[in-house]
Amino acid sequence: MKSICLFFQVHQPFRHRRYRFFDIGNDHYYYDDYSNDAILRKVADKSYLPGNKLLLELIDKLEGKFKVSFSITGTALEQFELYAPEVLDSFRDLAKTGCVEFLSETYSHSLSSLKDENAFKDQVKQHSERIFGLFGQKPRVFRNTEMIYSNEIGELISKMGYTAILTEGAKQVLGWKSPNFVYVNALNPRLKVLMRNFKLSDDLAFRFSNGNWSEFPLTAEKYIGWLNRLDKSEEVVNLFLSYEAFGERQPAESGIFNFLEAFASQVVKSDELKFATPSEVVEKLQPVSVVNVPESISWADEERDLTAWLGNGMQKEAFNKLYELSSRMKRCTDENLLKDWNYLQVSDHFYYMSTKHSLDGNPNRQQNPFDSPYEAFINYMNVLSDFKIRLNAVEPENETESEIAILQRIIQEKDEKLKKLEADLSRLQKPKRPRNPRSKKS
Amino acid sequence: MKILMFGWEFPPHISGGLGTACYGLTRGLSEIKDLEVTFVVPKAFGDEEQTAMKLIGANNIPINRKEIFLKEGSKSMDYIEVDSLIVPYVGEEEFWKQKSKKYPRSTRFVETNDGVTVNFSGSYGDGLLQEIKNYGLVAEIIAATTDFDIIHAHDWLAYPAGIAAKQVSGKPLVVHVHATDFDRSGGSVNPNVYSIEREGMEIADKVITVSNLTRDTVINKYGVDPEKVKTVYNAVEPVDDEPGTLPPKGIDEKVVTFLGRVTMQKGPEYFIEAASLVLRKMNNVRFVMAGSGDMLDAMINRTAELGIADKFHFTGFLKGSDVNDLFRMTDVFVMPSVSEPFGIVPLEAMQLKVPVIISNQSGVAEVLENAIKIDFWDTFAMADSIYGILNYASLATYFKEEGKHEVDELRWLDSALKVKNIYDQVLT
Repeated sequence: MKSICLFFQVHQPFRHRRYRFFDIGNDHYYYDDYSNDAILRKVADKSYLPGNKLLLELIDKLEGKFKVSFSITGTALEQFELYAPEVLDSFRDLAKTGCVEFLSETYSHSLSSLKDENAFKDQVKQHSERIFGLFGQKPRVFRNTEMIYSNEIGELISKMGYTAILTEGAKQVLGWKSPNFVYVNALNPRLKVLMRNFKLSDDLAFRFSNGNWSEFPLTAEKYIGWLNRLDKSEEVVNLFLSYEAFGERQPAESGIFNFLEAFASQVVKSDELKFATPSEVVEKLQPVSVVNVPESISWADEERDLTAWLGNGMQKEAFNKLYELSSRMKRCTDENLLKDWNYLQVSDHFYYMSTKHSLDGNPNRQQNPFDSPYEAFINYMNVLSDFKIRLNAVEPENETESEIAILQRIIQEKDEKLKKLEADLSRLQKPKRPRNPRSKKS
Repeated sequence: MKILMFGWEFPPHISGGLGTACYGLTRGLSEIKDLEVTFVVPKAFGDEEQTAMKLIGANNIPINRKEIFLKEGSKSMDYIEVDSLIVPYVGEEEFWKQKSKKYPRSTRFVETNDGVTVNFSGSYGDGLLQEIKNYGLVAEIIAATTDFDIIHAHDWLAYPAGIAAKQVSGKPLVVHVHATDFDRSGGSVNPNVYSIEREGMEIADKVITVSNLTRDTVINKYGVDPEKVKTVYNAVEPVDDEPGTLPPKGIDEKVVTFLGRVTMQKGPEYFIEAASLVLRKMNNVRFVMAGSGDMLDAMINRTAELGIADKFHFTGFLKGSDVNDLFRMTDVFVMPSVSEPFGIVPLEAMQLKVPVIISNQSGVAEVLENAIKIDFWDTFAMADSIYGILNYASLATYFKEEGKHEVDELRWLDSALKVKNIYDQVLT
């Protein structure tokens, strides 16, 4: 009997507004509230809300045999709270059914795993605390940003106490091997690795409504036929998708929700197939082999590598300049700075700077708020410059600056004192009022 | 003395220094007694400042113009048709219909708006060569109906107009070289442009260049008789104090500015290399590149490569009063032009008390005393000068004060008087 492991990614970035050089030092608000609100509202109405409603109905109807898993980023959760609290409620309802597993990831969908262990651990901790607070689950399975994975990342994750990780079933690491088994990390065999079946996943995520696709239209019967025809010995089919595939990338009119409904019912009825959450897969199935991933892989583009985020000089420069601040951020306790620090790490910012012009239909690419990668880069560096100035005021970079910071603090204190004394002075200088107001009347 | 001037752009509709220089010179000339300037541009928008001269837009000149005279004392009207051999047409179909009629051999056809006036964009886009040609046709009509003593044409775009006016009227022509295609293209000249430039200089009675640097180019590359070529330096209009739309300076770091089109001619890459050198020595400084152009993307990439993108900022194109705002935040202005016939921007910066560093390859370097001059390729010298002005307060103060004095002495009236001299020579 094969397990079907359904996983959905939910993520939204805080997009920056046009932040010009002249704003540096003048204006410390970086976000385009209008776009963030409008985009989240749109995606919520088209995808998250109808999707969650359907999942809840299916779980109810199929008596707990339908199971899914989610990874919702911290920034997405914050945006739900800000712009569409009912989405958060619907996820809470899903959590209560016991059929939905929430996975762990970095708080702001960041690339910290590639650069900075401390920042990474911090982000993961923040996220899993948030998930526990909202859904009452302590995640045991990890899913890194954009399925980014390597032997080292796996080892780190296993040290942090996770039992399994999700990643892409990339051809360059699997070769002739099938993604439809459980693998283990090359450095620490205790960590299990679930590999995404990208063919079957992308059939839904990218090709479903494409009229030119030779398999169009895709019905649940046909899809289950494909699953049944897989080799008998294969144990798990990992279908990992971006949640916006339902309703947003594949619009409701394409019948994607009907497909999901029919698919779920037929799997539950089938003797060959069943749904399982990642945790269940990891518990029940035995790993078959080690998977060696010396170079980082991801689920992006044809190359399944990191070039979408760190492919060109601009992206690397912005990335390096950002994490240069990491050690000072560790000491920082300013709430606003910590919040902006989280938002600055969102991988989308680096994605906007990509100069790759592939048309793979990746949803992020269609939502790039910038006309060119160069504009995206300039804007990000301007924001980062302002952030750095603010950080310097709190956590100075070197001795001179710490001296300046101390002096500035003294000036500020003196200013306040001055103000207070001036107020006292003016109060004392005011002409004395008659003590007894009644005497005025008479 | 009446001057008929042909230009291509006029403030506030300008894309570079040409319009500014034309305006300044015309203002200067208007201060001279008995001198009257009629300035023609391909497209008049109607909001140009016209206190100093009469401005004509070629787009407003009717072809087959009909002038109406009221006979004194009588109510009957009489009109004279200018006898031009230019046939206006609207659209292609009309063109063939018109063409199938019989015309003398020398008749030319021009596409018009509504059968009356010719459409001009007045910009530098596609169809530029056609526009230049049409501009020449309309110039003929203007020359035939206007009273003047001398024709003065600014830069190659207006040379054909000047030549046409000269041929119709027989009046002397002065061409004013603000730039040559050698400056714009970096050596690989466009043969079309070159031939227009050369024809203009050959037919002209006198050629005015904005610097000796340009004069040399005109003599050596265009083979013009040195006797015919005179240098008249540009000046600068007093800058207005009006604040732009930019917020005040929000950082307490030094600001070093590059302002101009981001193209090969302006040498932006040398500025970036120098910035990178300065940033190795000091930290409390930011570099700003204001402007856009075909090299912008490459420049952004270069700052990323050098790892200075957190200290190097791009603002895009800035409008007039915003430029002044930027200068008010600027501690050093750098113009590293590879080939600059003159270059008015440093003068504007100096008016606002900004120390300037200019390349020896700019015409303005011949005029200015109180500026640091370096070779555009010498990024070490450039970095050194930037560092010096930023760190040695006395140097900065000196340049601020002396530079302001010097530039306040550069007046368009003086340039205009030199131009007047040249007019006098041509007329005698």
